[in-house]
Amino acid sequence: MRFTNSLLAAALASALSTAALAQGALVRIDGSSTVYPVTEAVAEEFQKAEKGRIKVTVGISGTGGGFKKFCRGETDISGASRPILKQEMEDCAKAGITYYELPVAFDALTVVVNPKNTWLDRGITVEQLKRMWEPGAQGKVMRWNQIDPAWPDQPLKLFGAGADSGTFDYFTEAIVGKSKSSRGDFTASEDDNVLVQGVQRDVNALGFFGYAYYAENKDKLKSVPIIEKAGKPAVRPDMATVLDGSYQPLSRPIFIYVSAKGYERDEVKKFVEYYLTHGAKLAQEVKYVPLPPKAYALNREHLAKGKKGTVFGGVSEVGVRIDDLLAREAKL
Amino acid sequence: MSYVAQTPEQIRGLIAKAKRRDVLFVALGVIALGIGFATFLALFLDMLLDGWGRLRPEFFTQFPSRRAAQAGILSAWVGTFLVMIVTAAVAVPLGVSAGIYLEEYAPKNWVTDVIEINITNLAGVPSIVYGLLALGLFVYAFGLGQSVQTAGLTLALLILPVVIVATREAIRAIPAMIREGAYAVGATRWQTVKDHIIPYSMPGILTGVIIGMSRAIGETAPIITIGALTFIAFLPPAPVGAEFPFLSFEWLKAPFTVMPIQMFNWTSRPDPAFHANAAAAGTILVFMTLAMNGLAIWLRYRLRKNIKW
Repeated sequence: MRFTNSLLAAALASALSTAALAQGALVRIDGSSTVYPVTEAVAEEFQKAEKGRIKVTVGISGTGGGFKKFCRGETDISGASRPILKQEMEDCAKAGITYYELPVAFDALTVVVNPKNTWLDRGITVEQLKRMWEPGAQGKVMRWNQIDPAWPDQPLKLFGAGADSGTFDYFTEAIVGKSKSSRGDFTASEDDNVLVQGVQRDVNALGFFGYAYYAENKDKLKSVPIIEKAGKPAVRPDMATVLDGSYQPLSRPIFIYVSAKGYERDEVKKFVEYYLTHGAKLAQEVKYVPLPPKAYALNREHLAKGKKGTVFGGVSEVGVRIDDLLAREAKL
Repeated sequence: MSYVAQTPEQIRGLIAKAKRRDVLFVALGVIALGIGFATFLALFLDMLLDGWGRLRPEFFTQFPSRRAAQAGILSAWVGTFLVMIVTAAVAVPLGVSAGIYLEEYAPKNWVTDVIEINITNLAGVPSIVYGLLALGLFVYAFGLGQSVQTAGLTLALLILPVVIVATREAIRAIPAMIREGAYAVGATRWQTVKDHIIPYSMPGILTGVIIGMSRAIGETAPIITIGALTFIAFLPPAPVGAEFPFLSFEWLKAPFTVMPIQMFNWTSRPDPAFHANAAAAGTILVFMTLAMNGLAIWLRYRLRKNIKW
C-alpha cells in the first residue's frame, strides 16, 4: 500500500513538473480554412522531415477566429485569406503581440456554371455579376435574360459561400464593391461541396468558390471567364492568368502571420523556413498559385531584418496583383 | 352499444373485435420499427459502401494526410479513446455518488426538489452550451488548455445528468425490503449502500453510463468549441514509460483530435476521395458505438445473473 502511494505521488509530481516541457517542441497554427490546405501539406512534410522531433498542430477557426487566438498569444502562426484588419491590429498591439506578415500563395475565386451552360462561354463582366449579386437584385433579378437580353429566359439560380467565410467577404467586396453586401436569396453554404453539387445539377445555376474546389471538379463544372471592364479580354482562372495578374479582380493573396515572440523559438523558425522553401511546390500540389521566387526571398529578408507589421494598414483590398504585393512588401 | 354480453355469439364477436385491434396495433408497431430500422440501414449501408475501399488495416495506423489514399485515423481514434477514458473516470464516480446521495441520503425538502428538477433539465441542454461553458471555465479560467483533459471534462459534464438519472432509476428498482432487511439487522446506512444498494443497482448504472458514453463519443459541437485541432500527425505521450516513475499523465495535456472532427474535415474537402475516407471513419464510429452498447448489454446480463433476491 505504501509503495503504491509513493508511486502515485511520484507520478503526480512528475506530471506536474514536466507540464512546461510538453509544450517544448510544438508549433501551434490556426486560422483560415482557405490557407489550411497549404499549411497542412507543409506541416505534413515538415514533420516527416524532422522525424517527429517537432510537432505541428493545425486548426481551422477562420481568418477572424484565427486572429483572435493569435492576438491572445495562443498560437504561433495564423493563416489568413485577407490582410489583418484594424481592429485585429489593435487587439494584437494591446496584448503586445508583434508579427511578421508573409504572403505564401495566391488563390483565384472562381465563378462556375453547369457544363451545359453555353451563354457564358464568352465571359461575364464584373458589372453583370454585380447586377446579379447586389442587394437590390433580391427578389427582382430572377431570370437570366434580365441581365442580358441575349441570354435565355430561364430562372437564375445562385449558389455562394456562407456569410461567415472570408470568401464571401472577398467576393462581395470585389464584385458589389462593399464587403458582406449581397442579395440574400441565394443558396448559401459553408461547405463548398454543397455548392458544387447544386451547380452540377442545374443548367441555370451559377456559383462561386475557391479555385481548388473547381480544380477537383473540372469534369462536373465549367469556369466562367471574367471581364474586368468593358473592352478588356475575358480571362479564365488558372495558374498562368493569376500569376501574370490578368485574372482580376477575383485573385487574392493568402498569408501566414508569424508571431515575433514565437519566431524566437527554434522550432517555429525551422517550420517557417521550411514553409518558405517548400511552400511554392506544395501550394501548387493543393491547387493554389505559388508566388514567384522573389516573394519568398522578400519574406526571408523581412524575417532576417526583423521587419514586423502589415503593409496593408488594416484595410481589406481587392485586385492586389502579385507585382503590387511585392512592391509593397519591399517598402516595409 | 352495451358491453354486457348476452349470447355466446355476441361474446365471440367481442373477442374477435378485440383480437382485430390487437393485430392492428402489432402491425402499427412493426411499421414504426421498420421505418426507423430501414432508415438506419439505408444510411449505414450507403456509408459502408462508400467507405468500403478504405477499410484496410493501414487506415487505423496512419496519420491524416493531404493525400486521401495515405490518410488514416490513427490520431483520431487514439484521441477519441483517451477522451472517453477521462470522461468515464470523471463522470462515473461523480454521477454515481450524486445519484446515491439523492436517493439514499438527501432529505426530502425543496432544496432537493430544485436540484432534481435541474438535473433532469440539464439532460436536455444542447451540447454546444456545454462547449461554451467549458471554453470559458476549463480552457481560460482554469487554464487547462485545449487538451485531452479539457475535452474529457466537457463530455463528462455533458453525460453527468444521464449517469445521475440512470443511477437513481436503478436504485429505485431495488425492492424496499432489501433496504429494510439490512436496517433491521443493524446495518448502518453506508453498510447498506456498500453491500446492497451499489451491487444491486450496478447493471442499471452501467447501462446508463454506457448510453451516456455512446452519446459523448459522437459529439462534435462542444469539442470544436473548446478548440480540438484538425490536423494532428502525432500521438499524445504514452501513459507508461520505461523509466521511473513508469507512469505519466502528460497525455492529459496533449493537443488532440477526435473521430467526428476528422470526419467533418474530410467531408468538406474538395477531393471526392476524401469523402470515401469520411464514410469509412463514420462506419468505424458506428461500430465503436455498437460495440459499447453491446458491452452494456453483456455486462447487464452478467451482473443480473449474480443478483439473487
